[in-house]
Amino acid sequence: MRRAARMACLLAGVACAHSAWAAQPATELAAIPGGTFDTILPPAEKLKVATVRPFRMDRRTVSNADFARFVSERPEWRRDRVARVFADESYLNHWQSHNAPGAGIEAQPVTQVSWFAAKAYCEARNARLPTWYEWEFVSAASASAADARTDPQWRQTILEWYARPATEALPPAGSTAPNYYGVRDMHGVVWEWVLDLGSMMVSADNREQGDPDVKRFCGTGALSLEQKDNYAMLMRIATLSSMQANYTSSTMGFRCVTGPEATP
Amino acid sequence: MKRLAVMLMFAGVCVGSEPAAPLPSASIYQLDAALTNQDGRTHGLGVYRGHPVLITMFYASCPAVCPLIIDTLRATEKELTPAQRADLRVLLISIDPERDSVAALRTLADQRRIDTSRWSLVRAESAEVRTIAALLNVQYRQLPNGDFNHSTVITLLSPQGEIETTSTRLGTPDPQLVSQLR
Repeated sequence: MRRAARMACLLAGVACAHSAWAAQPATELAAIPGGTFDTILPPAEKLKVATVRPFRMDRRTVSNADFARFVSERPEWRRDRVARVFADESYLNHWQSHNAPGAGIEAQPVTQVSWFAAKAYCEARNARLPTWYEWEFVSAASASAADARTDPQWRQTILEWYARPATEALPPAGSTAPNYYGVRDMHGVVWEWVLDLGSMMVSADNREQGDPDVKRFCGTGALSLEQKDNYAMLMRIATLSSMQANYTSSTMGFRCVTGPEATP
Repeated sequence: MKRLAVMLMFAGVCVGSEPAAPLPSASIYQLDAALTNQDGRTHGLGVYRGHPVLITMFYASCPAVCPLIIDTLRATEKELTPAQRADLRVLLISIDPERDSVAALRTLADQRRIDTSRWSLVRAESAEVRTIAALLNVQYRQLPNGDFNHSTVITLLSPQGEIETTSTRLGTPDPQLVSQLR
């Protein structure tokens, strides 16, 4: 794959310089076989399973150093140049300067990036953000099982993350234990943007559950959630559905995937 | 190559195009998107720059609510003076690029007798649809049967593409939208 990229560069000549870094993914991607699984976010009424096609996923979250390389290639994504419509005021404002994260945080997952910026980063790498179902599929895995969601001990491990103070420094990207697929950082590090952020049509108000707000949503209305005892995943959904695409947060990072997007 | 650049420069001068003022930072026209309209013509999101624009997202095969979107846009226009109406533009962007071909958009425009001198029905590739929906804060989700759930948001853009106001009211004109347009 990498050789093919280099060949393409040689053929393209000048264009090569621009995409040189893009040809080198942050990490070798992990192969995810895909499959059908019980989802927390049912695709339709009475349909509680989702299917994902095989794809490849970054083994770790994108780091500040990775993102700094992107920003130097695409200066329109520098914090001093980015259009407000794509990123709010706190976009990358924890960096030392507009093009350097600063000593000590290079290896940490990049945060304070908007969905637009994350999407542009992945596209520059010829990749894309994962869909929610792709992310959920991989996140179900423990170190030893593809779907460990009913394992009480594993659930407890995830929940303990939420008990940690938010002021604690983020661990380096890729420093948590690999899961069944060899993917790290799915839990316990940061929230992660998903491609279909705008499809998480979860009612903001619990009282609307079972009483779809037909004014807001054309069709069958807000989704109702499954697995109501899976607090860790419910929190993740709640966090994502509260974010607008130009928002940034000190706990929201991302990773990329490659492969055809699964249709419902 | 250099000669071509020079020729292009002259071409620019010949048609008398003034350099466009930079877009405001909050303008959605900052997005470099390729839209194709009901006549097969491709243009950017800012095709109606310079005019107030009502922008919304829909899909042509939508059974119930989407026809209502067109009705609502029309009813909103009717509240304006002829001069205000002549200045207004309406952009309907499909969330269903798979089924909403140029031909499908053309058919809908004909069926609904849409004045395509001021209104456009457009499609974009799915990655761009997602980005546009994110800019407009439109939520949508394809259902297993191919239909969509989506939030209906009519957005008023300033002549420079800034979001001035949004409305989720359907059926009757939103008074706030109308007063902004006047």
